[in-house]
Amino acid sequence: MTKYLAKIGLEMHCEISKTKSKVFSSAKNSFSGSPNSNVRPVDMAFPGTLPVVNKEAVRLSLMASMILHCTQPEYMYFERKNYYYPDLPKGYQITQNTKPIPVGTDGYVEFEYNGELHKVRINNIHLEEDTASLDHYYSTSNIDYNRAGIPLLELVTEPDLHSADEAVAFLEHMRSIYQYANISDADSKKGQIRCDVNVSIMDASLDENNPDNWGTKVEMKNVNSFGGVRDAINYEINRQIELKETGKYAEMEQQTRRWDEESGTTKFMRSKVDEIDYKYFVEPNIPKFKIDPEWLKEIKNSIPMLALDRKNKYINELGLSNYDATVLVKEKAISDYFEECVNIGIDPKRAANWVTVNIISELNKDSISIDEFYLRPKELKLITDALESNKISSKQAKEIFTKSLEEKKSPQEFINANSQISDTQELTTIIKNILATHQEQIADYHNGHTNLFDYFVGQVMKETKGKANPVMTKEILKQELDK
Amino acid sequence: MKYMHKTIEELHELLKNGEVTSEELIQESLELSHKVQEKYNAFVTILDDAKPREITDNLLSGIPYGIKDNYSTKGILSTGSSNTLKDYVPFFSATAVLNLEKAGAVPVNKTVLDEFGMGGTGTTGHTGIVKNPWNPTRMCAGSSAGSACAVASGVYPYALGSDTGDSIRKPAAYCGIVGYKPTYGMISRYGLFAFASSLDHCGVLTRNVQDAAIVVDAMKGIDPNDMTSWDSENIHLRASLNGQVKGKKVCYIKEICDIANYPHANAELKEHLANFHRTLDNLKNLGVTVEEVSVDRTLLNAEPATYVTISCAEATSNMSNLTGIIFGPRGAGENYIAMMKDHRTKGFSPLIKRRFVIGSYILQRENQERYFKNAQRVRRLLVDRWKELFATYDAVILPVGSGPAKPLENSNTKLDSNSEILEEHLQIGNFGGFPSITIPNGFISGLPVGINITGNCYDDANVLNIAYALENTMNYRNQIAKEVTNHD
Repeated sequence: MTKYLAKIGLEMHCEISKTKSKVFSSAKNSFSGSPNSNVRPVDMAFPGTLPVVNKEAVRLSLMASMILHCTQPEYMYFERKNYYYPDLPKGYQITQNTKPIPVGTDGYVEFEYNGELHKVRINNIHLEEDTASLDHYYSTSNIDYNRAGIPLLELVTEPDLHSADEAVAFLEHMRSIYQYANISDADSKKGQIRCDVNVSIMDASLDENNPDNWGTKVEMKNVNSFGGVRDAINYEINRQIELKETGKYAEMEQQTRRWDEESGTTKFMRSKVDEIDYKYFVEPNIPKFKIDPEWLKEIKNSIPMLALDRKNKYINELGLSNYDATVLVKEKAISDYFEECVNIGIDPKRAANWVTVNIISELNKDSISIDEFYLRPKELKLITDALESNKISSKQAKEIFTKSLEEKKSPQEFINANSQISDTQELTTIIKNILATHQEQIADYHNGHTNLFDYFVGQVMKETKGKANPVMTKEILKQELDK
Repeated sequence: MKYMHKTIEELHELLKNGEVTSEELIQESLELSHKVQEKYNAFVTILDDAKPREITDNLLSGIPYGIKDNYSTKGILSTGSSNTLKDYVPFFSATAVLNLEKAGAVPVNKTVLDEFGMGGTGTTGHTGIVKNPWNPTRMCAGSSAGSACAVASGVYPYALGSDTGDSIRKPAAYCGIVGYKPTYGMISRYGLFAFASSLDHCGVLTRNVQDAAIVVDAMKGIDPNDMTSWDSENIHLRASLNGQVKGKKVCYIKEICDIANYPHANAELKEHLANFHRTLDNLKNLGVTVEEVSVDRTLLNAEPATYVTISCAEATSNMSNLTGIIFGPRGAGENYIAMMKDHRTKGFSPLIKRRFVIGSYILQRENQERYFKNAQRVRRLLVDRWKELFATYDAVILPVGSGPAKPLENSNTKLDSNSEILEEHLQIGNFGGFPSITIPNGFISGLPVGINITGNCYDDANVLNIAYALENTMNYRNQIAKEVTNHD
C-alpha cells in the first residue's frame, strides 16, 4: 500500500429528523408509522399539487452549513433533478445543484483520528427531499411513501481522506455533529444515513495536491452503514491496486459501481459515458427568496454546544478527567443523560462515575440505548442522595442499582428497606443497651482482650440487622467502652 | 334561454328577490349544457346531479358555472382532456374551486381543453374537437376551448380557464367574449394541473368585464399551498370599476399593429387591424392618450421560440408524474420502465409527445445554455421592455391574433412567419405574469374578433377599468353566439 495513496471522497446523505413535517409537504416527518400513513397528496405527486418549503428544514440546513464552515447563499433556490424511478413520484427530485448555489459551499470539517486532528474540505452541502422506500420481494415490489419528501442533507467532500478507517472516523464525527446540533438522530439503523463513496489510487511518490496526479475515480453507490463504507473502500482500494499490479489499470474507465453487502464486493453499474443527464433546472414553484442576514445571525447564535465544546466544559468547569469526558460525549444521548443528572443536583464527578462505569456497562450488556435505560436521572439521584446522606453504603448503592434494574422498581423501595442507622443518638442508645447486658465482656476487654471490640460490633449489627452505620458504630462503641 | 344570458349581478338580484331559484338556474344551465355538448362537444363531464346552494349576499351564490377539466375537483372526474387521466377522480379540489365553493357557486360541468392545456386549437382533447358556436366549421382556439364555447353559447355567465400562453385570452377573442388572467400568483395554482409552472395562470371567461372582476374577486387570495401566491386582500376588482379613464395613457406596438409589417396580408387581417385602430379611437374619445411605440423587431421575432423553449422544458418535467403507477390507467409491461412507457405511449397525443421531445432536448446538459438559458434571457429582455413601457403607460393594447377564428380544416397549416408575432404576442403577458384581458371589439366575416389590454403586475384594477370603459363604447357586451340563440 505504501506504493499507492488512496484518495477518498464521500457523499453523505443524512435525513433531517428533527422537523415536524416534511421538507416540501405538510405530512409528518416520522420514521415510524405504518406504511403510507404519513403522506399528503404532494408526496405522491397527484396532479395540481405544489411544494411548500419547510422553513425549519431550511434553518437546520443553514445551521449545518455554518457548522461545516461553509458559505451561505444570499438567495435560496431549489432545483429539479429529473429522472424516472418508481420511488420518485414526481419524476423529479427537488434538490439544490451547485448552480445557482446550494445552502453551503466551500467549507471544512476538522475531526480527531488516531489522536490527531484531520481536516476534510467540504465542496458543498445541500437540502433536498428523500425518495419513497422500496421493498423488493420475489416477484413484486412495495412502495412506502412515508419516506418521500423527508428532508435530506447531502454533503459532498473533496477527496481528502486516505483510508477506510479515516473515512469512518469522519462519518462518526459528522453523525455526532448532526446529533448534537439537534438536526437529526442520524441513525443508520433507521436508514437515516446513506453514503456514496468515491475512491481512486495514485502513485504515493507524486504530489497529491496536483489533480493531474490523481487516478481514475470510481464511485460506489448506496453504502448504507459505516461498516459497509469501511469494507467497500478497502475492497475497492485492493481491487484497484491489483489492476495496477497486473497492468490493467490504464484500461479502467471512470465508473459507478454498486456495493454488494452480501458478497462484500463492488459490481460495475455504468461508465462515465453512460452517466445520467439529470436535466437540472430551477424549480419554478418555489420563488427564490433572500436569506435575511439577521436570521443567519439568529441561527448562528442558536447552534447548540457540540461534542467537543461539551467535553471541554466537562473538563474545565465540572472537573472531570479527560477520559470520563471523552466517554460521556461519545454519544449525545449519554451526554444528555449525564447533563440532566448534573442539572438536577447530582455531584458531577459522582454522576460521571455512575454513567461511565455502571450505566454504560449495563447498556452494553443489554445492547440498548440510554433512552431505553430503566433508571432515569431522577431515580439515579435517589440512590446518590441516599449514599451522600449515609443512609446506604456504597456497596448497598450498587446492590440497589442492580435490584431496581432487575425488578424494574424505583430505587426508593430498596433504599427504605436498606436504610442505614446513621443517627448518633439512636446508635448510642442501641450500643448502651447492648453494653449493659455484657458487663463480663467489657471487663475482659478492659483487661486486654481488645479483639472483643469486633464482638461488640457484631452484636450491634445483629441487633440492627446490619443496618447500623459501621463507621459510626465503631466510633460510638469506642467512646462508650472508653468511658 | 330564460336566465343564463344574464349578467351575474342581474341573476343575483333575481335570486335575492325570489324571482328565480338556484335550482331553476341549474336546470336551465344543464339543459343548455346538453344542447351545447351535442352541437359543439364542449364538455368532458356534465354534472346532472348538481345541487342548488343557499342564496347569500355573495353575488355568485346559487349561480351555475363551468370548470376547465384541468382543475382538480374532489369526487368529480378531472381528466386534463388526456387519456392518461381518463378515469382520474381526485380526492381534493383546487384552491380556486374551493374559494368559489365558499362563495356558494355551483359547478355544472367540466369543460374540454387541449390536452393538459398544450395547444391553441381546442382540437386535441381526448374527447374530440370543440367547435366554435358562431360557426361550427371554425375552431374555438384553445386551450380553454370548452369554457369559451360554453360561455359564448350562454350556458352560464362564466367558466374557469387557465392560461399559459394565451389559453384564456385567445379563445375569448375567437368566441366573442371576455377572457381575463390576473397577475401571476393572484389566484392560487394549487390543484391546477401543471403545464409550465412559471407561465401557468388561473383565470376566467365571461361575457362582460364586470363579471370577470366579480369572479376573480372570489377566486383570488394567498394560499399556503402555493408559494407563488400573494396577498391581494386590499385589491377589490369589482369595486374599482368606475369607468373613469380620462388622463390614462396606453400604447400599442408599431411592429405588431402596422399593416405595413404584413405585405401578404389577406382581407381579414387588413380588416382586423383597421378595426383595431377604430377601437383605439373609442379610447381616445374617452380621454385616454393612445401612443404608438416601437419595440426591437429582433426581440419580438425571438418571442415565439422563447415561449416554445420554456414551456416545453417545464412541461416535460411537470408531466413526469404521469406514469400510470399511482394514478391513471396502469400500463402493461415486464417492469416499471415498460409499464411507464406503455402508459405514456398510449396516453398522450402526438402533439404533446412532440413537445416532450423538444423539452427534453432543450434541457439536456449540452443544450441548456444554447436553448433554455438563452430563452430565459430573451424572456427577461421582453419583460424588462414591457416594464419600461409600463413606467410610462397604464397598459399595452394590442389586437388578438390575425383575425377571427380559423377553420377547423387545415387547422395546423403553418403560420405566415410575418404574422407569427401577431398570433403569439399574448405570451409576453405570461412571461411577465402581467394582468391581461381580452374583450370583443367587432366582427369580421360574421365572426367575432378581440382586443387585448395588458398592464403591469399588481395593476389589475387599472387594466380592468380601462377594459370596462372601452367595453361600454361598443355593443359586444353580453353577446351570445348566434347559433345557439337561434336554436332556442
